[in-house]
Order: sequence, then structure tokens, then C-alpha cells
Amino acid sequence: MNTRTLRGSCAIAGVATFGCGETPGFTDLELLAHAAHAAVVDAGLQMTDIDGLCTASVSSPMWAMPVIEYLGLNPRYIDGTMLGGSSFIAHLLPAIQALEAGRCRHVLVCYGSAQRSGTFGRSASAGARRLLDPQPYEHPYEPMLPPSAYALAASRHMYEFGTTRAQMADVAVAARAWARLNPEAFVRDPLTRDDVLRSRMVSDPLSVRDCCLVTDGAGAFVLTRADRARDLPNRPVYVLGNSTAVWNRQISSMHDLTVTAAQQSGADTFAMAGFTPRDIDVVQLYDAFTINTILFLEDLGFCAKGEGGAFVSDGRIAPGGALPVNTNGGGLSCVHPGMYGIFALIEAVRQLRGEAGERQVPGALTALAHGNGGTLSSQSTAILATADAL
Amino acid sequence: MNESVLAWHQARLQEGKFFIQRCSACAHHVYFPRAFCPHCGGDALEWTTPAGTGTVYAATTVRRKPTEGGDLNVSLIDLDEGVRLMSRIDGIAADDVHIGLRVRAKVVDGLVLFAPADGGSA
Repeated sequence: MNTRTLRGSCAIAGVATFGCGETPGFTDLELLAHAAHAAVVDAGLQMTDIDGLCTASVSSPMWAMPVIEYLGLNPRYIDGTMLGGSSFIAHLLPAIQALEAGRCRHVLVCYGSAQRSGTFGRSASAGARRLLDPQPYEHPYEPMLPPSAYALAASRHMYEFGTTRAQMADVAVAARAWARLNPEAFVRDPLTRDDVLRSRMVSDPLSVRDCCLVTDGAGAFVLTRADRARDLPNRPVYVLGNSTAVWNRQISSMHDLTVTAAQQSGADTFAMAGFTPRDIDVVQLYDAFTINTILFLEDLGFCAKGEGGAFVSDGRIAPGGALPVNTNGGGLSCVHPGMYGIFALIEAVRQLRGEAGERQVPGALTALAHGNGGTLSSQSTAILATADAL
Repeated sequence: MNESVLAWHQARLQEGKFFIQRCSACAHHVYFPRAFCPHCGGDALEWTTPAGTGTVYAATTVRRKPTEGGDLNVSLIDLDEGVRLMSRIDGIAADDVHIGLRVRAKVVDGLVLFAPADGGSA
């Protein structure tokens, strides 16, 4: 089956977030369940209507099972593919195929993490991962992963294209300006380019303000066939394209540190949607680090390779700029509970439904959401649109 | 090669010897070591001693507290044979490591480390 025939065949009928920021006392599963229930209610459905489930966890490889158990589901379609932060965008196309094949009627995609407040915190989980997922050709050299991997990519981008720390800082400044318009964003203080440049170095050339937040939070959405979505209460947000690409696991195995697999996932997604970057009204990119936004704008075709630094300068991607990018504040200023991809997708849906409040991009009919996972290892792109842009 | 290539490679490193692989079918060099060639899929990988010289491809300074070992260079190095590996450059301040620096490998305590090559920086 040509993926082009699946263009617009399914739609997102409901979305929700829960506990974004700091929610002490909750477990991953509790946070997830609150978001999942709210997304199903938002879709105008009941939990008993859900017969497809996609989910992934940083810490639990068998995560679909406790989620199914907790929610009381009996799904005919289950996807627990774990591709890091890109997972929940990567779950789209297989779920669309399952819906079109009649394997299920409504797919719930959900994630939750108490990464900030949980007793099994970030350093404990990083230590456990070193044992469970060893990288014997990187870990002995003591990189601070993931930041050092992205720092290496940033160093190469600066060397090859003259990209500057100030340009990367502008990514963080733009994200913060959007966050200031979003009541759900965890960090909303003013932020200037100088603030970013003067902040504490983590792994050169990335400072702490070039790195994403560490928050709690959960997100969920419901995917259903387009004909069914039209009978549900919300304006359907159609999935026009989706593709996933993985080129490596370790940063040392990446062929060219300035070119990510988003080139492949992006080209395939645009081909499925029949769109070009010019057709996209709002862009949600997985900004775990400021260099990500620059790399993905280039690899997805919003600017030429090497021009991302200049592209993000002078407020071009900030509120009022020519291209609205990461309108919720992104992983840099809104929310980043271990994996961010589902939040990029949810913000795209909220923009297309016209529900983004003060940060609403007027007349947004099309959106791109892009997920990244590992250390620039996995890339998944989706193009969403309202009925007007079908 | 009916044995763990990882274990064989690590045992040689413990002896102070650095090997990489070369595919005798497609002639590509391969690192990290593995059982099958990632370029052609064949199983004709042979151990070979690299020249040991290379060039810094990307570099970062991990900022650590002095109590945690202080600032640390982490680099990606392209060996002249055409393979890339993560390591660090010793014998030079972390902040002085730069992309393009010519370096030479040495094996220290089972790790492949690098120092600036004779003749200094490129």
C-alpha cells in the first residue's frame, strides 16, 4: 500500500496534557492515566471505546502491559515501539494502517513521566540505563549524555557553517517568548540572548539555557478513522503524512553530525502529504537542545543546510516572526518529561483547533510536528491539517 | 570468527594493543568492532592495526566540578582509515582541543586515548 493512499484517512479526535511542570507525589502511570482519560473525554468517547494502544517508557521496556492493566483496556492493536522521544509521532503510521485494516476503531497514544519529582530520578535512571543499554565504545570516555552528544553536533555545525552561540541562544529566547504566552509552560520568566550566553556551561558550546527542562508531565491523544472523527465533537485534525527514520544509535556512529535522519523522515512525510515546507503554518520541533531546532529546520527543508543559524535570528521563529516554531515554549521552556515528542504533536493539534489562547497563530490550517529520540538517533515527522487544507 | 568480537577487542586493549576491523569483501574499515560488515553485510571482517593517526572531527568540554574530576575533553576522532570513534585528547588543556587537530592514538588502561600528533595542530 502506497502511504499516499493513507493521506487524511485518519484524524486526531482528542488531546490532553496533565501535570506538566512539577507534580510531586504522582507516579508515571498516574500521570499517564489522567492525560489518557482527559484525551478520551476530549474525543467525546469512553475508555471502553478504546481498542488500540500505543505507549512507551524510558524506564520500563514492557510498559504497554501495566498501562493496559491500569486503564482496564482490551486492545486489539498494541504498539510499544520505543524510539526515544520520537516514539509517539512514530506510532502514527502503524496505527493508521491498523485503523484502515479494521483491526481497531480508536487508538489511544499516551505517555507520562514523573521525571522531575519521582523518587527514581534522572541520575538513578541514567545509571540504570548504563547497565541495561550499555554503550561500551562511548560510556568509558565519560561524555555527559545526552548533552555532550548534542554539543558535539553543535561544535561541528559551528565549524562547518559559522553558526554562532548567539544564534543558538536566539532559539532559546524565541522558545521563552512563546512560553510567556502559555499558562501551561513551566518557565515563563523573561530571557535574553545575553542571559543564555552568560549562563553556566554544561558541555561546550551548550550552556544550561541551551538545554531542555527536566519536568514532570503526561500527554495523550486519540486517533480514529476520518469518517468516524467527523461524528465526534471536536474539529478533526487530519494526519496527512508521517514517516520515521533511524540512522544510528550512538553519536559516534552518526555519519555526518550536521545532517540528521530528519532529512529522510521529512522528505517522506512531505511526499505523503503532497506538501512543501511553504505550505506549513506552524512548526513544532523536538528542541531538547537549541542546536536541534537549527538542524531540523534545515533537514526538514525550511532553510538550506548551513543556514539554520541565520534563519532563527532576529525573532524569525518567535511570536510575530515569519515562521512560528514551538509555540507552546517547546522542551526548552514549556515541558520536557524525559520524552517530548507527544507534546509537540499535541501543541500542533491545539493550534489547528484554534485553542491556543494568547499564543494562537491566526488562521493556522497546517502544522508539522517533529520528534527526535536518543542522541540524534531517531527522527519522526508528521504533517497535520484541518479539513480546509485537506 | 566464532567468538565475541567485543570480548576479543577488549582483551587486546587490556594488553595495550589497538585493533580495528577491515572487510576483505568490500574493503571498508569498521569501528566499533562487530561480527558482520555494516557496509556489505558480509562476515569477512579481519583485524588490522590502524596507523593510529587521525583528526578531531568534533569536540566538547564537559564542565564538571573539580570534585568530579574537573573539565573533561570528549572528542570524536576520524582515524585516517576512515572510521570514527569517541575518545578524549590527553596532554593538552580541554579548551585547546579544536576540530582539525591532528592526533595520535595510545592505549591506556584498556581505553583508546589520543594525544596531539608530532608537529602539532593542523
